[in-house]
Amino acid sequence: MNKHLFDYCLALGDDSLILGQRLCEWSGHAPTIEVDLSLSNLALDLIGQATLFLGYAGEIEGKGRDADKLAFHRDAEQFRNCLVVEQPNGDFGQTMARQLIYSSYQLALLERLVESADTRIAEIAAKAVKEVRYHVELASDWVIRLGAGTEESHARMSEGMDFFWRYYDDLFATDESERALIAEGIAADKQLVREEASATIHATLDKAGIAFPELPWQIGGGRTGRHTEHLSLILAEMQVLPRAHPEASW
Amino acid sequence: MEIAPAIDRPLADRIVAVLDGVPDPEIPVISVTELGIVRALVSDATGAPAVHITPTYTGCPATQLIERSVREALDEAGFSAVGLKTVLAPAWNTDMISDVGREKLRAYGIAPPPKGAASGSLKGGGIVECPRCGSSNTIEVSRFGSTPCKALWRCRTCAEPFDRFKCH
Repeated sequence: MNKHLFDYCLALGDDSLILGQRLCEWSGHAPTIEVDLSLSNLALDLIGQATLFLGYAGEIEGKGRDADKLAFHRDAEQFRNCLVVEQPNGDFGQTMARQLIYSSYQLALLERLVESADTRIAEIAAKAVKEVRYHVELASDWVIRLGAGTEESHARMSEGMDFFWRYYDDLFATDESERALIAEGIAADKQLVREEASATIHATLDKAGIAFPELPWQIGGGRTGRHTEHLSLILAEMQVLPRAHPEASW
Repeated sequence: MEIAPAIDRPLADRIVAVLDGVPDPEIPVISVTELGIVRALVSDATGAPAVHITPTYTGCPATQLIERSVREALDEAGFSAVGLKTVLAPAWNTDMISDVGREKLRAYGIAPPPKGAASGSLKGGGIVECPRCGSSNTIEVSRFGSTPCKALWRCRTCAEPFDRFKCH
């Protein structure tokens, strides 16, 4: 088994899976029906991507674990997702702050992975990149609308951005295993991804009249399985049924 | 749809006829072939024909249902030996919807994406015509609609809301 590639696909799949699951929490609770639909649509795209990446990870591993097995039968420390995606939704401003940060990162990443030397990753990226462009647009539109809106919406949007900045570096954490894949042309160079993602975020924040927070400290560890407490809680909810009834199907 | 030359033509035609009869589960007026999700009829390693289908969106919940409907239709027509495989490349786009399919969408009340628009930018989607009255005076209500592949629009002339198939 190619352990490096397995870990990389897990990270790609876990990011999408956890954010998809988080966004589902808005179903039936969003401020308007359109927003409800959009967030559910985003969640659907993300869970679709997760199925493809985790499915591929399972094939690489070759031990008979499929996407469901990997999603529902791993514990928190075995998840490789970044910390941004597991954070609670907070208010709508906070959710949109996370979406802008994550989708800008994901778009820059997928645009590079379309050229990956690994055919399957390139194929999945080509499919997903078109969906993620919509995600960036949705998030940017809302961040601008709220940031340039009322005093209240501006304050909440700013608080949302401030909340997530501490997890920004974590998105781009690169270990030896990933560096090996970058050298092979399979993984994307996170430094380049970071430049592009930051440019997208800056452009939106400028229009929204929100300052780019400069935080002196950052929290990391998601890619190595050191998560915040929120991951175990979301996994408990997501995994309870398949764990109580293994092998159950519709 | 690409058809491998190795497959006997009359046989290929019969298989395609079966596929033409499988409706999209979300938009039943259009068939899976008109929607362009049946990508190819290939000749597999053993020389037997196999159907390749591709999902519209990665998370489209209809994908599994489509796969099942195609399998059942093939089995019922006596084509149990014909293989079925979901492929990701080339990624589906709205240019793969046939002209007949586009007209059927319009008649059903869904504004089809213009031919060739898939390669264009998302925002520069051009003019969107109301599928009911044909007016170009339309406005986007929500970029995300009732299914992943549609956005919600409204006509300012006849005041009707309508779905628009996203350019993708």
